[in-house]
Amino acid sequence: MLRENQRRFKFDWLTIILFLLLVTFGYLNILSASHEGEIQSYFDTSQLYGKQLVFVGLSFILIILILSLEAKFYERFGSVIYLVSILSLLGLFIFGKEINGARSWYAIGSMTIQPSEFAKFATALAVAKYISDLQTNMKTIKDQLRVAAIIFVPAALILLQNDAGSTIVYSAFFFVFYREGLQQVYLIMAFSLIILAVLALKYGIAITGIVTAIVLLARYFLRRKKRASIIQYIAVLAASVLFSYGVNSFYEHGLKPHQQNRISLWLRLEKDPDKLEKMKKAEAYNLIQSEQAIGSGGWTGKGFLQGTRTTGKFVPEQETDYIFSTVGEEWGFLGSSFVVILFVALIIRILFLAESQKSQFSRVYGYGVASIFFVHFTINVGMVMGLIPTVGIPLPFFSYGGSGLWGFTILLFIFIKLDSNKINEW
Amino acid sequence: MRKLLLFISVIFVGLVFMARLFYLQVYSSDAYSILDDTAIRKVYNYPKRGYVYDRNGKLLVANQPSYDVMVIPRDVEPLDSSDLQEFCGLLKITEEEYRQKLERARNYSPRLPSPFVPQLSKKDYAVLQEKMWKYEGFYIQKRSLRSYQTTIGANVLGDIGEVNRQIIARQPYYKLGDLIGKQGVEKTYENTLRGIKGVKFIQKDRFNKDIGPYKEGRFDTLPRPGRDISITIDSQLQAYGELLMRNKRGGIIAIEPSSGEILAMVSGPSYNPNLLVGRDRSKNFSKLYNDSIAKPLFDRGLQAMYPPGSPFKTLNALIALQEGVITTEERFSCSMGYRYGNRRMGCHAHRSPVNMNIGIYESCNAYFANTYRRIIDKYDTPAEGMDKWSNHVQSFGLGDYLNNDLSVGQPGKIPTAKTYDMAYGKNRWYTTFTISNAIGQGEVLATPIQLANMAAAIGNRGYYYTPHIIKKIEGDTIPLKFTTPKYTTIDKQHFEPVVQGMFDVYNKGTAKYLQVPGIEICGKTGTAENYAIIDSVKTQLTDHSIFVAFAPKDNPTIALAVFVENGYYGSRFAGRMASLMIERYIKGKITRTDFEDFVLKHTLEHEYEKPYSNEPFGINRQTTLETVSEEEYRTIQNIKANISKS
Repeated sequence: MLRENQRRFKFDWLTIILFLLLVTFGYLNILSASHEGEIQSYFDTSQLYGKQLVFVGLSFILIILILSLEAKFYERFGSVIYLVSILSLLGLFIFGKEINGARSWYAIGSMTIQPSEFAKFATALAVAKYISDLQTNMKTIKDQLRVAAIIFVPAALILLQNDAGSTIVYSAFFFVFYREGLQQVYLIMAFSLIILAVLALKYGIAITGIVTAIVLLARYFLRRKKRASIIQYIAVLAASVLFSYGVNSFYEHGLKPHQQNRISLWLRLEKDPDKLEKMKKAEAYNLIQSEQAIGSGGWTGKGFLQGTRTTGKFVPEQETDYIFSTVGEEWGFLGSSFVVILFVALIIRILFLAESQKSQFSRVYGYGVASIFFVHFTINVGMVMGLIPTVGIPLPFFSYGGSGLWGFTILLFIFIKLDSNKINEW
Repeated sequence: MRKLLLFISVIFVGLVFMARLFYLQVYSSDAYSILDDTAIRKVYNYPKRGYVYDRNGKLLVANQPSYDVMVIPRDVEPLDSSDLQEFCGLLKITEEEYRQKLERARNYSPRLPSPFVPQLSKKDYAVLQEKMWKYEGFYIQKRSLRSYQTTIGANVLGDIGEVNRQIIARQPYYKLGDLIGKQGVEKTYENTLRGIKGVKFIQKDRFNKDIGPYKEGRFDTLPRPGRDISITIDSQLQAYGELLMRNKRGGIIAIEPSSGEILAMVSGPSYNPNLLVGRDRSKNFSKLYNDSIAKPLFDRGLQAMYPPGSPFKTLNALIALQEGVITTEERFSCSMGYRYGNRRMGCHAHRSPVNMNIGIYESCNAYFANTYRRIIDKYDTPAEGMDKWSNHVQSFGLGDYLNNDLSVGQPGKIPTAKTYDMAYGKNRWYTTFTISNAIGQGEVLATPIQLANMAAAIGNRGYYYTPHIIKKIEGDTIPLKFTTPKYTTIDKQHFEPVVQGMFDVYNKGTAKYLQVPGIEICGKTGTAENYAIIDSVKTQLTDHSIFVAFAPKDNPTIALAVFVENGYYGSRFAGRMASLMIERYIKGKITRTDFEDFVLKHTLEHEYEKPYSNEPFGINRQTTLETVSEEEYRTIQNIKANISKS
């Protein structure tokens, strides 16, 4: 009895408080974005806000369940959970229901469940389990490939179901791998490739080639000692040009038109005013409405349930991917900054806890949790404010949807459970 | 180091997001105003426009409802051909016009309402209203139009029309499709008459559909109704003046000297104010506007500048007395004119020599040439004398806008030393260069309202009130500037001899045949030579007939100026009309029916056509009088009967 009590209070309450604040504030904004006219009953399950309240309630049952299981359970059954999750993704190809062009849902009666939301914690568990194995050395190519395969399988399945946004989330694991020993050259390469891709799209292959050549030349002359052979430099230059070419032709031929336009809008590639005007009504419409809604909030916002654009449903998808625009309009700069700070605090808290874990499994998993939250937060809020191209992924604890809420809750609370158990990890 | 990558990334992203939020919400967003919020539809509630009454409380202008079809182009759903046909039929437009109007509205703004077909009749509205649900993007806006209770005074009352984009840019109160006073009192008293429109805020969704009142109508305002006004016009006198001016061109301005109130403001040719109401407004307006020969929109009483001719002599007499350069009994000889250098200013046959009294009633040019020279030559240089003289003249309200409440006007022209310095060079001109000013020709120009005001100032013996049209504003007083007398530079005692002279114009002078029994009238005839450019040749036309008068002689109740374009000598048309107006106003009836018959029976239309007939024509003495047609005469008699009845 005494032991049980001690254990309960070992949970990291700061994380739990941050979680509760996010969920509460998220629910309030869904209420704002989804209500029409007078609110008859907060529990009206014909309304989105009523449903979300039920999802929140159910998530507390999940939390109790997660916290009451043995911490060892997650490590021991990590692979099984992962396999079940992969099977659920595979099952979609047979039983899945298509919504908005993505075959990502199981329909059970009037309910829908999105397995990709649950695949994230499953993958995080599997990655943690693999990396924490004593045999694993992240500096070897063999293990790098194997662990890449762990994330590649769900990512590929999700991409095949036409949910590109959720696929990008799996890039979060790069942070985990890097923390666990992936060579620095990967980081430099990833960074270079991103810059190369942007340069190639914005300024074309020729300029990208010239810029690369200048950078390489500078490096060559600045590095008097241990100079690599000129051949190597030429190879890198050729590879860069080839990559630029590849990016451009992928942009031209590999992307769907709406994806092309999103990138074109982001990099301001389109100069033709007629086409721009068209885009404003299509791909850019959401973004323009969203930025205007956020901008109209001013310092303190228009007040809870008082947003004229939110009430008028000016921003499409406002209760899901664009929920942050409601925060912007109704709570203003102060409220939006508060949400940003809450997320930053949550992620840093998780990171801090992850670093203090004694078991590698817990640490890797915690790192995965922080990375996944980070990617979601960055892409979603960045997109809603027009900083990055439109990618449809939810904002954790804010966007409407049961699967999302539960997926993130499970993701977080497994870590809280693992963390509470660190004292026993010897 | 490996531990820090994600940590730094998180902090970095957090800071970038806060900066972006600051940029979007604080830096680049204006202070929020519900009026600029595109998520809120503003529905305006137009107040009743104030009524206009005449000085005796007769209702002149009221309102009638009107219905505008408005369009929000973005919301328009393409109509199938049968619906389109029906819609165009109901609106009485062609399908081509439908497309043009829609395109024009779209060019203005796809999301703001534009008037599509303005001012439907009540009947068209009733039919259309039932089908309106079929036509998405269109709706009916109720408005109030003017309803004229009279057919006279178009130039006085003015009209209202849709605001244009320039007005909207200057005065944001107005929205596209709103009505604004365009002419007359509708224009000058726009703010009083229109009231303030109310506004209702309605929450829209992104499909531009109304969801409901914004915040339960907390910010809605009620319209403030326009205020009624009474104008100084005597509508019977106005109607009578317009009747007299029928078939003639010219103007009559009648003023009450004791108050400056304008009793009548006639401009001929006139038009029915009802022409400028409703859907046909723009069509009728362009017709009136494009009539460049008769110019019905040109208010001759206010805008026409003429050399005033002989009536101006009275001013010179007053100035000479004030300057002390002559006495009333001093005589000048006149032998058919006044000689200066080797030139001569002609005069007609009358006895000689003449004193001031005779000079005025015989309108002797020589007398006034001498008088004028004495005024100017009193000073060391002609320039100094000229400025002194000019100053006196201007104190009668001549040579400048009267600063009144009429929507149009002209300053006229009174020369100063500078005028001649510019023409001849400084100090390179003499009094004789300007001698025509003595008889109201030369560089002097005045509008009829200025001459009527001059007559009022003489009748008042030295002061006038700014002529104005406003008599009463509901719940307000009229501006102080209209109730403060303005004094001329002439002392009171100098007026009596001049008034006597003007009285003798009627007794034994140029207007002795124009007497009205029982009324002591003071007046002065005038004729003004005038020219027109016909086929790029400056051609002299028949003189303008001018008359200035006030009555009764003491404590006058009416002062007026009449001029009739190409009416020949002063007493022929203008004099008769002045006597008739005075009698009508003071007695309320006409005893000199012989004048009335003369004026009503005769037309000057042939006189106006002559210059454009491409044939040689005679002027003045060579002109003949023509009578109106039988039919026109019957019309005139009908109108006359109606005026007496009302």
